[in-house]
Amino acid sequence: MRIKTISRSVDEFTRERSQDLQRVFHNFDPSLRPMEKAVEYQRALTAAKLEKIFARPFVGAMDGHRDGISCVAKNPNYLKGIFSASMDGDIRLWDIATRRTVCQFPGHLGAVRGLTVSTDGNVLVSCGTDCNVRLWSVPRPSLEDSDLSSEKSTEPSAVYTCKNALLAVDHQFEGDLFATAGAQLDIWNHNRSQPVQSFTSGSHSVISVRFNPGEPDILATSSGDNHISIYDIRMSSAARKILMRTKTNSIAWNPMEPMNFTAANEDGNCYSFDGRKNEEAKCVHKDHVSAVMDIDFSPTGREFVTGSYDRSVRIFPYNGGHSREIYHTKRMQRVFCVKYSSDATYVISGSDDTNLRLWKAKASEQLGVILPREQKKHEYNEAVKNRYKHLPEIKRIVRHRHLPKPIYKAKAESRAMNDAKRRKEDRRKAHSAPGTVVTESHRTRRIIKEVE
Amino acid sequence: MEVALEDNNLMEKVLPPDEQEIDVELEAKEKKYLRGEGANLESLKDKKLKTQLASREKLYGKSAKAAAKIEKWLLPASAGYLETEGLEKTWRIKQTDIAKEVDLLSSKNQYDIVLPDFGPYKLDFTASGRHMLAGGRKGHLALVDMMNMNLIKEIHVRETVRDVAFLHNDQFFAAAQKKYSYIYARDGTELHCLKEHGPVARLRFLKNHFLLASVNKIGQLHYQDVTYGDMVASIRTGKGRTDVMEVNPHNGVVALGHSGGTVTMWKPTSQAPLVQMQCHPGPVSSVAFHPNGHLMATSGKERKVKIWDLRKFEEVQTIHGFHAKTLSFSQKGLLAAGTGSFVQVLGDSSGGGGGYSRYMSHSMVKGYQVEKVMFRPYEDVLGIGHSMGWSSVLIPGSGEPNFDSWVANPFETSKQRREKEVHLLLDKLPPETIMLDPSKIGAMRPSRRKERPTRGEIEAEKEVAIEAAKSVEMKKKTKGRNKPSKRTKKKKEMVENAKKTFPELEHSNIAGKKRRIGEDAAAELPASLKRFARKN
Repeated sequence: MRIKTISRSVDEFTRERSQDLQRVFHNFDPSLRPMEKAVEYQRALTAAKLEKIFARPFVGAMDGHRDGISCVAKNPNYLKGIFSASMDGDIRLWDIATRRTVCQFPGHLGAVRGLTVSTDGNVLVSCGTDCNVRLWSVPRPSLEDSDLSSEKSTEPSAVYTCKNALLAVDHQFEGDLFATAGAQLDIWNHNRSQPVQSFTSGSHSVISVRFNPGEPDILATSSGDNHISIYDIRMSSAARKILMRTKTNSIAWNPMEPMNFTAANEDGNCYSFDGRKNEEAKCVHKDHVSAVMDIDFSPTGREFVTGSYDRSVRIFPYNGGHSREIYHTKRMQRVFCVKYSSDATYVISGSDDTNLRLWKAKASEQLGVILPREQKKHEYNEAVKNRYKHLPEIKRIVRHRHLPKPIYKAKAESRAMNDAKRRKEDRRKAHSAPGTVVTESHRTRRIIKEVE
Repeated sequence: MEVALEDNNLMEKVLPPDEQEIDVELEAKEKKYLRGEGANLESLKDKKLKTQLASREKLYGKSAKAAAKIEKWLLPASAGYLETEGLEKTWRIKQTDIAKEVDLLSSKNQYDIVLPDFGPYKLDFTASGRHMLAGGRKGHLALVDMMNMNLIKEIHVRETVRDVAFLHNDQFFAAAQKKYSYIYARDGTELHCLKEHGPVARLRFLKNHFLLASVNKIGQLHYQDVTYGDMVASIRTGKGRTDVMEVNPHNGVVALGHSGGTVTMWKPTSQAPLVQMQCHPGPVSSVAFHPNGHLMATSGKERKVKIWDLRKFEEVQTIHGFHAKTLSFSQKGLLAAGTGSFVQVLGDSSGGGGGYSRYMSHSMVKGYQVEKVMFRPYEDVLGIGHSMGWSSVLIPGSGEPNFDSWVANPFETSKQRREKEVHLLLDKLPPETIMLDPSKIGAMRPSRRKERPTRGEIEAEKEVAIEAAKSVEMKKKTKGRNKPSKRTKKKKEMVENAKKTFPELEHSNIAGKKRRIGEDAAAELPASLKRFARKN
């Protein structure tokens, strides 16, 4: 006869000294856990509710400008600093942690329309309606600069003048060139006072310009006659052109997939394009009610933030048609510029009410140092919520956002209008010969043609 | 060179035989961790969703493989066993023989506690098997720490105690006493008197839902939420007095055994039973559930123990020979049945449940009448409450050798116990989640596209309705009101009402008739008037 029974000795299963950690044993057998799906569902519900309880996205406002903010630029080399420029020519460098102005760059006489920083973080380029391009040297941040009372101001290292007002500027990712947009597209070198290269296209001005993060010689521009053009600096004319129905206010390249870019359009939608194939948009992101003024991608390439004329800031997933988050305040007026911080944690919006606002990218995120067990719990909550987020109770909680009344009403109206259009379209289709009535897909609807 | 490479590839495909065996074993374990079939993604048209779900399915596969490997290699303890050689039979082996072969720690688990004054004892264990509550019929309540054999608290309530149950941990327990039930704290303080339940015959606690279920002498079933004291449901079963009640640990459903031989299953949100099964020709003596929730054992006064499959509600096996007053399943699926002063343990030779046969037995002194048998969780021990106290015997292979600290930890410190209590409360399930198939939670109801029934179907339905209306038996009226003309009129009215619910057919019929009339009329008209006939 052979016998064995379970006999557990206490010292094997308990700790030796009180300084040791408690011993934990695992058995993943599902028969030990009855009703695990129901428990998981309950946890998902609790996680969704907790997310809403902890959702406090607004961190603070940076107050100091005396006129509406027209552009914001982030320093690729220094996480804490951000540059902003306003409609009265005031350029400031802010320290995001303390939300105070570190340095001012006075000099522009009119509105500053474009602001950008070179990739090594040393040179700040600004351009404005006073037809000037100014280059400033960015002050090095050091430990002594924690003296908050002194607001330094510096002189520009170079001032270049043009014939016409300038509307946008962007710096090349690896190189010495920067591009300005105005009556025409100009490519400049830091040391030359005249543009190195110029591209003219028709009679309309170029509104915005953006260099490709992957290819140093490619840039995308949008012009006032509803075109989006992709230029290669080495060639003499536009490589590709897309004609849309309405003008594009801003373009952003996806930093993780540099062949794709997203265009923020005047009709309230954002269109993601594959740079190589322009006949149809890859994705149409619809949620804004009014013109989208600015767009910026997160460094992860998975999300982008948009600021719109309808006083709200939205965060979209890179491949999703609708926003996952909306930020708004009663005090925030028309949002003219947004930036996603380089650590993918914050979103900065500059608006017409002279304030620069700092928001959290994930509204219920716990900032600061998180212990590994806390981190695991957050990840678990996120995962369990995603597993059940399609079920009605949880979906209702996760999706719920408070919208300002004008946006709510405008959305309801547009929904009613779209439903009516779709119904009419369906009826026309049902009552006509099959194949005669063709619905145009949303991805091609707003594109008139592609020009090579 | 190329030839050699090919040879290598061939070698990799054909595994040596031991590894093949391990592969098969791991695959079997993997199935358990996969928890069902994978989703059929072929029918999806949305490509984005398809790729997302496909990557998730891959992840499930990986995690199931990892869990299977952990189970094979990393679990600290292995299950107990009792193997005989030659002509020896396992059921002839006595506890004294086992005591000689087994180590000191295990032999400490074999004892008899003799308390002759306080009547037959009922037992309950906590989920981790560390604490035991013994309740004697004449009013003796004892809370014992089984690891040190320490008597934590002992109280005499001086009235009949019919049943005892632990709440979610060892800090609280409930006792069903003569007129009402009471909830006590660990130190013996009476915390609550549950008057609404009445004189309770059986008490059971649903762990995931924090519900205390009781069946009383009138046959009413009560569910009380012990976190905030709300009486969630009181159900009149309508089947009379019973004291056979068990909880299915897999889905939280309460099963009552009645004197007519039926076993009914209840959930707190409905007044009617979920299932009614006719199990025995006579009264049901006891019911027990297998921890996987698929098997149920019932015993009746006709000296049979029947094993039922709860997925199909079919009988799987009948065991003849003894009238089991009490039944209990162990974590590993062994079934203990107590009759008189004899306890028999049956083991399943086939995996699915049809092969219960004698495994071990234990006969006590004739004067000890077994009141309740219950397996101790996570130990190879069977607790027997009898008329002279309680005993504990060793049944190798009955307990789960590896516990999970986050589910039930026999070596819990007080800090861990407090944390666990908070987590249990956070995960408390609402009573609506009690259902026969708990895996339906989180699933989507299949969308039923409403297809318009065909004409033939509508006509068939109409005929059925007319037949039903015709076959209704009308009340025979007296005092001169029962005239044949009135009766026929009433019947016609009922048939007309039945026809009214099918209006569409009527219209189409009429339209058809009109057309036909028009054509016929057109044929009959003289030639000069034909231009005035309705043209279709």
